[in-house]
Amino acid sequence: MKAIKITVNGRTHEAGIDSRRTLLDFIRDTLNLTGTKKGCDHGQCGACTVIVNGRRINSCLSLALSHDGDEVTTVEGLAEGDELHPLQRAFIDHDAFQCGFCTPGQLCSAAALLGEFREGLPSAVSGSHTPFVEEIRERMSGNLCRCGAYNHIVDAIAAVAGEKR
Amino acid sequence: MKPFDYHRLASEEALGKMEAGRYLAGGTNLIDLMKHQIETPDALVDVTRAGMDTITETDGGLMVGSQVTNTDLASHPAVRRDYPVLSSALLSGATQQLRNKATTGGNFLQRTRCQYFYDTTRACNKRAPGSGCDALEGLNRYHAILGASEHCIAVHPSDMAVAMAALDAVVHTRKRDGETRAIPATELHRLPGDRPDIDHVLEDGELITSVELPVRPPRLQAYRKVRDRASYAFAVVSAAVALDVDDGRMRNVRIALGGVAHKPWRASRAEEMLEGQQPSAELFDRAMDAEMAEAKGQGHNDFKIRLAPRTVVAVLRDLTEVTENDE
Repeated sequence: MKAIKITVNGRTHEAGIDSRRTLLDFIRDTLNLTGTKKGCDHGQCGACTVIVNGRRINSCLSLALSHDGDEVTTVEGLAEGDELHPLQRAFIDHDAFQCGFCTPGQLCSAAALLGEFREGLPSAVSGSHTPFVEEIRERMSGNLCRCGAYNHIVDAIAAVAGEKR
Repeated sequence: MKPFDYHRLASEEALGKMEAGRYLAGGTNLIDLMKHQIETPDALVDVTRAGMDTITETDGGLMVGSQVTNTDLASHPAVRRDYPVLSSALLSGATQQLRNKATTGGNFLQRTRCQYFYDTTRACNKRAPGSGCDALEGLNRYHAILGASEHCIAVHPSDMAVAMAALDAVVHTRKRDGETRAIPATELHRLPGDRPDIDHVLEDGELITSVELPVRPPRLQAYRKVRDRASYAFAVVSAAVALDVDDGRMRNVRIALGGVAHKPWRASRAEEMLEGQQPSAELFDRAMDAEMAEAKGQGHNDFKIRLAPRTVVAVLRDLTEVTENDE
């Protein structure tokens, strides 16, 4: 067991954990924050996406011990009290999910994406002639949706990102 | 995962005093391999917080810490300006989530995605030396056409390393006894031969500390990746090309191929044929035909023998603005 201190959604947690525990299992099983989902557990589906120090990562491919001192935001941390995050509102307005299993990962990914736009980080398709929806599709390629709600997910993100860009 | 000890490296200099263990960087490949129990280290040494995460502009070149993330490297203004082939290669790989975690050093050292390497019920000389290679008679659409052996036909999966090879980047390492060395990126990985279990030339305990990008890279650069879907897929074939054109003649021609071999494949023979010549579609074709002379398909991947040179030729035509059509 090793001791770590991680801040999740503004609250600091100290815990002794097995070295094998991933950040995902730490969030779900140690902290009981089950919004973050375990889909493939191999970094392929994006359901486990959380935001660490402002950057989105696959929490399933990261050891909790590697995040000592880090600040993590999960889907539970997006809303402010009862006030939904604009992306959450947009996902509802655009009917951007069916079963909802991938949604927490989609939301965290999209929330970090807004920050990447603000920072001016490039993507593989960035260019003056790239349609905005193509930018979003490329940047969201790490989040799979087996219900196939992609079109509405892209619409929802575009609606929010368009205003903020 | 099997139980392991976890240690954290505080600085490069502390390496000698550190417990021995497998180095952990972003972990996007290693943690996955540990879940599959393909990698079963007794101890991990986390090297992400040892001060190796900065990019420094040197006298015309760039020194990239081995723990700089793929995102930070691809986004750095000097990389986008002077080494666009590298930025482009990085951005073409994986997803934003993975690039945010994956590091420069780790990207070089990621292991093959051959499905027989991953499937522990199948024969694989890379995973279990001496067990055989199920890819030879199996599904080998993604496998090597150059430099393979009867023991292994796996390919190196990196996009970044292909661009690094084309740029003649230099990998700097440090051993546990403090000795440092500089390894050309083109010589970091090895061909499988009869030891496909060994991916690279690093010694046990040798750590990549930084990667040096050369002064005055060729001005014309491009990376093209051919894959089965538009995003988040490994290359079927990729090409990193860098060259100058001065007074109508090609100079400093560098071509590296991805998805075709156990390492990024520098097309030295083609480079020699193009160097100093005037660009032309006919010459491009001839140079790449020469480069592919020994290419050998395994059945499903035979198409790569034509796809690889065509990809390079298309990039060369774009960069040199050769529009003539010889078909």
